[in-house]
Amino acid sequence: MNFDPRYSGRNFTSVGTRPIRPDGVDKVTGRARYGADFNMAGQLVGRVLRSPHAHALIKKIDTSKAEKLAGVKAVITAKDLPDLTNGDAAMYDILDNCMARTKALYDGHAVAAVAAVDARTARQALKLIEIDYEVLPHVTDVDEAMQHHAPLINDAIFTEGLEEKPVKPSNVTKRSQFGHGDVHQGFGHADFVVERSFKTEQTHQGYIEPHACVASVSSDGTADLWVCTQGHFVYRQHCAQLLGMEASKLRVTSSEIGGGFGGKTHVWAEPVALALSRKAGRPVKLVMTRDEVFRASGPTSATSIDIKIGASKDGIITAAEATLRYSAGPYAGSWAEIGAMTAFACYRLENVKTVGFEVLVNRPKTAAYRAPSAPMAAFAVESAIDELAKEVGIDPVEFRIKNAAQEGTKSSYGPVYGPIGIGPTLEAVKNHPHMKAPLKKNQGRGMACGFWFNFGGQTCVDLNIGMDGSVSLAVGTVDVGGSRASLSLVAAEELGIDYSQLKAIVADTSSLGYNDMTDGSRGTFSSSMATISAARNAIKTLRERAAQMWDIGVDDVVWEQGHAVAKGQKHGNLGKLSLKEIAAESGKTGGPIAGHSELVADGAGVSFATHICDIEVDPETGATRVIRYTVVQDAGKAVHPTYVEGQYQGGAAQGIGWALNEEYIYGKDGRLQNPGFLDYRIPVCSDLPMIDTQILEIPNPNHPYGVRGVGETSIVPPLAAIANAVSNAAGVRMTHIPMSAPRILAAIEAERQG
Amino acid sequence: MVEVTLWGSLSALAGGKDKVEVEAKDIRELFRKLAEQYPGFEPMIDRGIAVAIDGTIYRDTWSKTLPEGAEIFLLPRLAGG
Repeated sequence: MNFDPRYSGRNFTSVGTRPIRPDGVDKVTGRARYGADFNMAGQLVGRVLRSPHAHALIKKIDTSKAEKLAGVKAVITAKDLPDLTNGDAAMYDILDNCMARTKALYDGHAVAAVAAVDARTARQALKLIEIDYEVLPHVTDVDEAMQHHAPLINDAIFTEGLEEKPVKPSNVTKRSQFGHGDVHQGFGHADFVVERSFKTEQTHQGYIEPHACVASVSSDGTADLWVCTQGHFVYRQHCAQLLGMEASKLRVTSSEIGGGFGGKTHVWAEPVALALSRKAGRPVKLVMTRDEVFRASGPTSATSIDIKIGASKDGIITAAEATLRYSAGPYAGSWAEIGAMTAFACYRLENVKTVGFEVLVNRPKTAAYRAPSAPMAAFAVESAIDELAKEVGIDPVEFRIKNAAQEGTKSSYGPVYGPIGIGPTLEAVKNHPHMKAPLKKNQGRGMACGFWFNFGGQTCVDLNIGMDGSVSLAVGTVDVGGSRASLSLVAAEELGIDYSQLKAIVADTSSLGYNDMTDGSRGTFSSSMATISAARNAIKTLRERAAQMWDIGVDDVVWEQGHAVAKGQKHGNLGKLSLKEIAAESGKTGGPIAGHSELVADGAGVSFATHICDIEVDPETGATRVIRYTVVQDAGKAVHPTYVEGQYQGGAAQGIGWALNEEYIYGKDGRLQNPGFLDYRIPVCSDLPMIDTQILEIPNPNHPYGVRGVGETSIVPPLAAIANAVSNAAGVRMTHIPMSAPRILAAIEAERQG
Repeated sequence: MVEVTLWGSLSALAGGKDKVEVEAKDIRELFRKLAEQYPGFEPMIDRGIAVAIDGTIYRDTWSKTLPEGAEIFLLPRLAGG
């Protein structure tokens, strides 16, 4: 990579301003096109038949009656998606999840699909498909699934990560461990020890836009896919591999996205739509219903976590230990592993040990959900930290400040930290007016910290300068949180031009090199690095063209504030040349002017946040109301502060829903009881106060502008901050998320009864 | 020669050692030598391992050099949301 990513400490003109968002008008007028808004001539309607059983052998599928129905153009089963994964276990799981092969592994697992001339015919056809199931015992609870007598979901799974190779298969796919020091010795030095167990229920990302795509496979083997996704290049790779296509023959265009939060990083419907189109010879549109989104797309893990933390009487943590059990759905994952890595990441610990267990259950395949796995671990740890601070007799903020990690601290997951922001966020919270505001009766205040890694990855950007001097920016990371605006600001900064001269688009997979998906809070971090690199490459060409126009050496030309400037006394009579003037002559000086960049953006800086929350609890009903909420988070550098604040607020809002209401509820039959927004209640505006934000900027040393990811960290502290607030308001420690009214009332009544 | 710290699960595959010494100048060579010395690592390397060099996590840069005396930590390659 011929690009120096180190932080340069420059002053900014465009970066840090708040221009109007480029996609705003289209979104508020309805012009913006989301996944389901695309249509093609001759398009069919796709529908998926799903298992009503949590666990069942598929003995026989008879599609003959459906195929004979007038208007049905294709019916597919697993036979139409043969295993081409060549031993790649993770891809095989994706294939099996898209279309069950020998067993249905959860309520909602796809077992067949049809493409028909209209939705009514497609629905009728689904009813004509006959499936002979042998229903098997099931397990949906993470703790029950670990028991020896639990129904075995996959008899080929033997627990990884144990000292001795197991001889029996298990629902526990992996054990992972992190830490350093000697926790036994550390607890021996503790004057106070808090030990508690916590549970969190499974939640969905709750994006407003359901999964939707249009697939069109041509008889020559090429194909187009229009889809709502966080990563169209990754979708192309996965779909091409699953369907046996060459990736370059499949062109994937990402639509606008109505929320993803990690849930649109996996393919579900897309390979099915392509297989239907291939069989029918016509385009197929496949849009999931909300019921299908809940039953068959990516929820996060349900968890069960044990925490033990000890501290000396002067408030120093002497040892910290966690055992984390995370459900993975019916396929192997690494969710508890992430929880084990993030659990104690905020703290400076001499003795720490975390152990994670990945657990198979008959629920949908777990998918990433915004800082995946970290919020649940933070809930357990930060609840115990709050309780420990009280036992020691130190203010919870002061206790955390005393024990906060800092530059040079060995993190709980291993490496030593560089410059980090946990201390500054805590100091900011300590001094925030919110912490001093009076509380009324039945109100409680809580605060909590959170950590997330942030990631980089493969990234490409094309920057093209038109002959009129306007600039188009083609990026490959899907804009899930305002990256077109922030990347335009970055390009404007580098080129020294006005934001209004730029137009950024998300290019399709045939127009740009491979990009990793927009996950891990990497969109602005990675693509801004590639944009800076592309702009600098364009500036090099602009200088060369100016040198030609002046007939002087390029070394005598510098780029300053959007202009080529001839330096040196001998060129003193030459006026500046603007980007527009150079672009106007480009046809005569060598052709189009562009800058490109293909790089791996590594070195994403970790980020920390601390949240404050005030809650009112009705002691008669257990009902809660969020009175006030404040987010303090390190952004490294906020490129477009309004978007950064939006990310902070969005994370808090999602966290409030997760903490207080949201929950997958399964019946004894293993079927999901609440697959709709009426019974699975996400917060609406009237549930939320204005969420205040404070942006801190501790530069990431591995980005030219100091940028860190900001999208995910904001969902890490809310579960804990709200749990601490509810616990303080209700006078009883809450250990089970969500803290729904019945759960709070039960806890209050249990406390009253002693 | 660089000293590489392994996380718990990888340590189990290295006979319980939590630190190993490897003669490697960059991440690519590190992975190659580790796979040679500890064949059990190979599936983990194929699945994805991140390398933290003095606290900065690298997931994809094979050419990243490993400075003498640097803290080098292997971590699972994680996904975000």
